[in-house]
Amino acid sequence: MTDRSLTARNYAMGVVALLLAFVVFIVPFLFVAINAMKTAPDAAQLDFSLPERWVFWENVVTTVQTRDYALLLAYWNSTLITVCAITILVIFGAMVGFVIQRRPSPVSRFVYVLILSGLMIPPAVVPTIWVLQGINLFKTLQGMILIQVAYGLGFTVLLFRAFIATIPRELDEAAIIDGAKPWQVFFRVVLPLLKPVTVTVIVVQSISIFNDFTHPLYYLPGRDNVTVQLTLYNFQSQFASQNNLLFMNILLITIPPLIVFVFFNRQIVAGMTSGAVKG
Amino acid sequence: MITRMTTSTAIALVLTANGAMAQELTFLVDASADSVAVAEALTKAYSEKHPEITFDIETRPGGGEGDNIIKTRLATGEMADLFNYNSGSLLQALRPHRTLLPVDDLPNFGLINEAYASTVQGSDGKTYGVPFETAQGGGIYYHKPTYERLGLEVPLTWEQFMANNAKIAAETDAAPIAQTYRDTWTSQLLVLADFYNVLQQKPDFADLYTQNEAKFADTPEAQRGFEKLQEAYDAGYFNKDFGAATYNDGVAMVAKGEAAHYPMLTFAVGVFQQNVPDLMEDVGFFAQPGDDPDVNGLTLWMPASLYAPKTTEYPKIVKDFQNFVASTQGCDIITATIGATGPYLIDGCKLPDEVPGMVADMLPYFEGEGRTAPALEFLSPVKGPALEQLTVEVGSGIRDAVSAAELYDADVAKQAKQLGLPNW
Amino acid sequence: MTRKSAYPYWFFIPAGVIFAILFIVPTVASFYFSLTYWDPFEARFAGWDNYVQFFSEPFLVRGVLNTLFFAFLTSALKTGLGLLLAVLLTSGIFAQGFLRSVVFFPVLVSTIGVGLLFQELMHPTQGAINVALAAIGIDGPGWLVNPKLALFSVALVDVWRGVGLATLIYIAGLSTIGPEYYEAARIDGATRWQQFWRVTVPLVRPATNTVIVLSLIGGLRLFDLIWAMTRGGPGFSSDVLASVIYKQYQAGFWGLSTAGNVILFLMIAAIVAPLAWWLNRRELEA
Repeated sequence: MTDRSLTARNYAMGVVALLLAFVVFIVPFLFVAINAMKTAPDAAQLDFSLPERWVFWENVVTTVQTRDYALLLAYWNSTLITVCAITILVIFGAMVGFVIQRRPSPVSRFVYVLILSGLMIPPAVVPTIWVLQGINLFKTLQGMILIQVAYGLGFTVLLFRAFIATIPRELDEAAIIDGAKPWQVFFRVVLPLLKPVTVTVIVVQSISIFNDFTHPLYYLPGRDNVTVQLTLYNFQSQFASQNNLLFMNILLITIPPLIVFVFFNRQIVAGMTSGAVKG
Repeated sequence: MITRMTTSTAIALVLTANGAMAQELTFLVDASADSVAVAEALTKAYSEKHPEITFDIETRPGGGEGDNIIKTRLATGEMADLFNYNSGSLLQALRPHRTLLPVDDLPNFGLINEAYASTVQGSDGKTYGVPFETAQGGGIYYHKPTYERLGLEVPLTWEQFMANNAKIAAETDAAPIAQTYRDTWTSQLLVLADFYNVLQQKPDFADLYTQNEAKFADTPEAQRGFEKLQEAYDAGYFNKDFGAATYNDGVAMVAKGEAAHYPMLTFAVGVFQQNVPDLMEDVGFFAQPGDDPDVNGLTLWMPASLYAPKTTEYPKIVKDFQNFVASTQGCDIITATIGATGPYLIDGCKLPDEVPGMVADMLPYFEGEGRTAPALEFLSPVKGPALEQLTVEVGSGIRDAVSAAELYDADVAKQAKQLGLPNW
Repeated sequence: MTRKSAYPYWFFIPAGVIFAILFIVPTVASFYFSLTYWDPFEARFAGWDNYVQFFSEPFLVRGVLNTLFFAFLTSALKTGLGLLLAVLLTSGIFAQGFLRSVVFFPVLVSTIGVGLLFQELMHPTQGAINVALAAIGIDGPGWLVNPKLALFSVALVDVWRGVGLATLIYIAGLSTIGPEYYEAARIDGATRWQQFWRVTVPLVRPATNTVIVLSLIGGLRLFDLIWAMTRGGPGFSSDVLASVIYKQYQAGFWGLSTAGNVILFLMIAAIVAPLAWWLNRRELEA
């Protein structure tokens, strides 16, 4: 198993795995891609035949223009929510993980359990709407950002705490002896060392926030607040007979997470290694 | 709210500076192609008469999702200046007397059909909406060429209907009845559209039902609808993919003759026009038959209505627009946009002389005395949310009619308790 | 003492404020609201009526069983398949990097998109899956329309969608196992099979725990995929607690919906808390 050379056996297994992966994972997406390039009546058949007429670009244009360029607005909203929520999550989450790990105490344990419970407990949706209305954040992007922070905190703190355990305490102690204040220790010494796990947090959380359907459905109604997942949902109700555009929409909204993945692909595993998988 | 006010104020200021006093009203409409088209046509015509007033049309999903959006936006004071929504029991859940503007003072109020008006009244006796489209009937679309080829006649009793189905099953490849459970709401038709027959035998059922004194399970006449659905399933009359077919599929099937019957509301006329315009004249329509050939009539659905929330900043304009919709001119615009789909509920509104055959089939019911009766949801505020799941179960052979009727009785209790109705 | 002040508790505050207001307050409030008839327009005290109602819903017991079935099935499959895929994809096979990306790809795609896609592929008569099966002479089942099969089909799609993440966690876990363990095993004459069971499985245990807990929680709470594929149907046959809760919310029964939320919360706590506690203990021992 440690034998990394490309033996004949590995080659054969690779080919078999490729074939299986093709059928199981790639064919469904080919189906999406092919149908996204068909005309509406052609796509209504929902089969694997090649398009009678290739209308890729027309479908892109129609999809983007639908409902007054709702998709572009949705891209903007979803990106804004994701970027802001991730930034807050990384900084605040790392701060919490740092103190919990470095200062074992009943208070820390209590906070840790509380935050982990957030990973477990399903959010009480309607009461949350009630709170959001009370603080005038219902139906606002700001409110949605804070909701994503609150819901993502459990997983983020979990990863950070585990990673910080691998950073030698001597590093921050050296800085303390040099007279650094706590926030200086954190921002100047610890935070820069957290890069691998930060990448993991960014990738995992940004995909889950960008692809979140349920929470915007509840907390962010209204046309101006549409997010990418909701465009898909709206499409479904409005264009019951236009599968081509529906599939084109799926393709278009998969691009941003794909870019994130391609960009960070190699680093994700590194962050996880020290994060969630070590005792 | 504050942000919207500032935006629209800002727009108003900018435009005022340009010399015109412009106002933009928001209009929330369900996302079906017909509703959007009607909303666009009506607002366009209105803006032509009043150039200073424009409309921003916003769409919402239909079904339960839509209900939710409407309720939440009303409760939080974020409702658009105008919106369309169901009449009858669904409206009652909006607490109209607390949230909506009454329309009793409209100049055209006297033109509005009284039977309709009673379905958009609040608990204070005021009327809160104007009809957004035409009245609908719930019944059965059928494929005329199949009927002609087999020498079948439009059935007047359920027995004749089932005999027709048996013949269709025996002599053709077509499915006798199309069912389309991917759109779960379509499964309710055979139960809901049976209500004319219920009322003919039990005229006080709706009142007793509201007062918790009659139940589907202990009223054999009311339970018949569930039984009819079960009989059709047991006989194997449904299309093979009934579990996965959609509403659009159902329309296409009956138009192409792949299915001989499709139980549906008459608003499907618009879908026929849009999806299968060439085959439209191959499709006819009849009311869901009961057990007595002499008592044959159509269960009636009141149209969705146009409402305005109390929170609108433009009560005068909104009312003037509602008045415009409740005029013969409004009806004509609707007809010009989506065609004639059924009778209007505004006095003086006429259908064009040429209407599609399926619409012509439906008109005699409206013209005959006592040949229509409103569906239960327009006579009682009690309606349970799980009916469509229960009818899917009966229509898929998962549950029998008796058990479904019992469960539905339990389901409606939730709604009655939520509304705080007496005696529940 | 000086060391303690270097890790001040105020570091908890920024995250804590957001978390407390948007998560803890609503969760606590939900206990009160679950005792009311509540809709967008009013809240009247209802006592225990909502709970009585919830437990008298004939579909609730079904929903609870479905939730458990779904969560345990998917997390078992994700754990097993994830480990196998991870071992395969770290064994130096041909096109390894590409295959890793392919397996992970569904994680990137929106759940609603995946749901819509499989709704089409699993169509009983026209769907690509059954058309393909028909071509080799098999009469494919009604994946999503057969009440006995619907939940199982959704579970398969959930595994398809989520196994990439499990695989990734396992790949990370495998990379922490030093080659010396395998060397030692080989010197002792262990076969590949024995190496897998005696070395890989025990040493990758922390990753296994993470995968189990995450997929169990995800499975118990799953809503979007079920909603996109079956909406709990046909009838109530693929309803889980989360979809029952959403349906009550949609129908305007907010109190009832919140009571369902409380029940789901208690159920998850009863299952996952002991598990998490056990994991935590292991961690302290390590």
